[in-house]
Amino acid sequence: MSVPLLLLIVLALGLAGFFAGRMRALSVAGGDLRNLHSLPGFYGWSVAILASAPAILVMVIWIAVQPIVIDRSVSAMIPETAISDGSTRDLVMADVRRIAEGLDQAVAAGALTPDGASNIRAGLSDVRGRLAEVGVALGANVSSESLRAAQSYRSGLAAGRLGMTAVVLALALGGLGYGLARITPRFRARNTVELAVRMGLILCSMIAIATTVGIVLSMVFETVNFFGQYPWQDFFFGIEWSPNFRGNSSLGVLPLLWGTMYVSAIALSVAVPVGLFSAIYLSEYAGPKFRAVVKPAIEVLAGIPTIVYGLFALITVGPLLRDYIAQPLGLGDSGSSVMTAGLVMGVMIIPFVSSLSDDIINAVPQSLRDGSLALGATNSETIRQVILPAALPGIVGAVLLAASRAIGETMIVVLGAGAAARMSLNPFEAMTTMTVKIVSQLTGDTDFAAPETLVAFALGLTLFVITLALNIVALWIVRTYREQYE
Amino acid sequence: MTDASAQFEGRGRPSLRVQDARTRRRNAAEKRFRAYGLVAIGVGILALFVLLASIFGNGSSAFFQTKIQLQVPLEEKALDKSGTRDPEAMKKVTTVGYGRVLKAALADLIAREGIEIDGLSKRDIDSFLSKEAPAQLRNHVLANPDLIGTTIAFEVMTNGRIDGYFKGRVSLDSAELDSNVSPAQLHLADALKDRGLLGTGFNLDFLTAPDASDQRPEAAGLGVAIIGSAYMMIVVLCLALPIGVAASIYLEEFARKNWLTDLIEVNIANLAAVPSIVFGILGLAIFINFAGLPQSAPIVGGLVLTLMTLPTIIISTRAALRAVPPSIKDAALGIGASKTQAVFHHVLPLAAPGILTGTIIGLAQALGETAPLLLIGMVAFVREYPGAPVEGFFDPASALPVQVYNWTQRADPAFVERASGAIIVLLAFLVVMNTIAIVLRRRYERRW
Repeated sequence: MSVPLLLLIVLALGLAGFFAGRMRALSVAGGDLRNLHSLPGFYGWSVAILASAPAILVMVIWIAVQPIVIDRSVSAMIPETAISDGSTRDLVMADVRRIAEGLDQAVAAGALTPDGASNIRAGLSDVRGRLAEVGVALGANVSSESLRAAQSYRSGLAAGRLGMTAVVLALALGGLGYGLARITPRFRARNTVELAVRMGLILCSMIAIATTVGIVLSMVFETVNFFGQYPWQDFFFGIEWSPNFRGNSSLGVLPLLWGTMYVSAIALSVAVPVGLFSAIYLSEYAGPKFRAVVKPAIEVLAGIPTIVYGLFALITVGPLLRDYIAQPLGLGDSGSSVMTAGLVMGVMIIPFVSSLSDDIINAVPQSLRDGSLALGATNSETIRQVILPAALPGIVGAVLLAASRAIGETMIVVLGAGAAARMSLNPFEAMTTMTVKIVSQLTGDTDFAAPETLVAFALGLTLFVITLALNIVALWIVRTYREQYE
Repeated sequence: MTDASAQFEGRGRPSLRVQDARTRRRNAAEKRFRAYGLVAIGVGILALFVLLASIFGNGSSAFFQTKIQLQVPLEEKALDKSGTRDPEAMKKVTTVGYGRVLKAALADLIAREGIEIDGLSKRDIDSFLSKEAPAQLRNHVLANPDLIGTTIAFEVMTNGRIDGYFKGRVSLDSAELDSNVSPAQLHLADALKDRGLLGTGFNLDFLTAPDASDQRPEAAGLGVAIIGSAYMMIVVLCLALPIGVAASIYLEEFARKNWLTDLIEVNIANLAAVPSIVFGILGLAIFINFAGLPQSAPIVGGLVLTLMTLPTIIISTRAALRAVPPSIKDAALGIGASKTQAVFHHVLPLAAPGILTGTIIGLAQALGETAPLLLIGMVAFVREYPGAPVEGFFDPASALPVQVYNWTQRADPAFVERASGAIIVLLAFLVVMNTIAIVLRRRYERRW
């Protein structure tokens, strides 16, 4: 039975359980609701949950575990000798899966009988030719080992599916029966249902933890793998980045780190003054009407997808800087440069700096302003000598948050900064960042055994740690600061 | 100057009406400071304006396409040798055969109109039309086999360079240096335009057609990308909204303050700030390499974007739940509702507009996200439309922002126009979504 159909049946059983449970509750109560502990609907729900939830849970686990089990047992069937030189067990397994699929299609197209598909022998008939008839192209001729493996793969799948159908249906029906049998007037259905609901809620909120764990695990495993093949000293302290898919690459992170920091520094030197002064003007000088128009307009900058900024850097800012600044000054003739990416990224993070600083400046108590103005200070003197010092920790936090944004930003640097890993001071030269290299090492044909691919996970982990540290420090500063005036 | 002020001046005390140097300096500093603020705001707004102007300036022409009106004779002996009008038999004629028909029709048109241009070679005529045109004619004929034997009027796309000529991207000078187009072709285009046979019209294909290869930018469209993005948004909506709301309800209404809820809170705050590319690595390692889901599939993109969107939805849902005054819950509890009933029957419905607004904003963010999708293989060149849901979620597809990236990586400058056009489409979707969010907020937001 196919998975969607099974799911549908389980849900239908749940629905039936709801109505049956409700009716049974009414009948055990003798038609008088006051005899029941809970409203009849709760009895219905308790049965429905019991009928469907465990069955679906088992189904999900079964679907997740079955391929691993079957793969392992089938892969054990293939002898070492059947794996030709230059091939790997994984490739043979992929072949086996293709053949199994092909046999399925052949049966579906009527070219083979189900019995024929499980008894066909490689030596006796031309399997490849017969599969080609139904539109399954196989790369090489089918060896008898892989054919036999494919057949046991198929039978494993069929057995697994049968087993899953049986177990899931049994669970659903059992749950339904037990749920119905449980119903008595004294049964506390509401408490049971609410407990189940609460469990569901807790499960959902655990997903945040699961995601973090997933992120860390997915990178840590491959990073450990990577450091098994490439010395960590060379990664962290190497000053050359030249991946080479034939091996013997230099994978030093320092040029990428330099590019990342350079771009982020330029971005911050654009965004911090502009964002800070905008925030000051908006919170201290602007009237409500001006503020109502300008504040959303600046925040639009934060809502624009980064790919738009990337394209802007690529087709407008890059050529502009090259033709009017870099070439006349003889600083280079590359359209993509640190300056291009940095300027555009600076525009992107203006709203981060400005809205956070705006909040923080507004949180400075009015009494400080009043005191300063009463002593005869002008507005700007008040801002510079009273408000900014008071808001400084918060603003530092805001800048750190913006910095972590800049370091983790990908599309703008992919399109604007270039791909050449070098450590140079000239901002009009193309340089590259960690995020760019993660993209370039992980797109296209990737071999997850080569250090050139695995390095991306090490880069990702480095990036994750840096941004995490920045965020934690920033949040800590902001939080401590907020408490000062509360 | 009056005597009185002269008197004060004599004693070295300034007039109240005349500012002394120090006050002037302080006032000037004040003015300068205000000016800095205005300049900063001006820079921000100007950047926004230039950004939009650049994208719209480059991209709006993608919605228009130069087409030529041809009279195409569909002869039986060329296109349906069997004479049965059976589409299966007619499929034997490939696009090459249809290409010949189109080229002949164009040469015929030039001869009929008496256009004579120096240096117009046969090759120029052959490459005048888009490489995609024969396929379009073939599909049209295969869909209507009865057209065989008649002469039909057919609108055919021109080559991308000819299209670029009318959009100002290609000039006679640049054509001299370009191996893909000759000045004679441009003169031919001008002559045809003068006779009203060639014109630039609205290009619906840009929104519906699939991507096209590097050689035919004029045929590249966003159809697959829009479907892929829509599928991903459906996945995000179906997963992120229920999970996010459930998590927020638990954290806001039920959770006791203990190490577990603290841990969850810290995690949510951090996930909101994790670089998006890291989510791409997660998707690649967990969903594709570990769970074995197919590459380039909207389901994987949707899952990754769900994880990215969850913090946004949780944060806004919690704010919406918190905004419902406790008196409402207290009243429900007071007349005997359980805590679960009070939350689900009273607090949640009142928070719904806020939750919906937050969800739409989260979806808008997810729609524009590019970097994680690059890592899960959405950059692949996909020409086949994905199937209908739910199976279609597992078919290869593209996504709007990734399509933009894809086009920026191509050599032909015509793809810059396409990429900018795609961004206009993307921004249009974002504007619509954000407008809906704002309208919802204005209409249903309640101040208690």
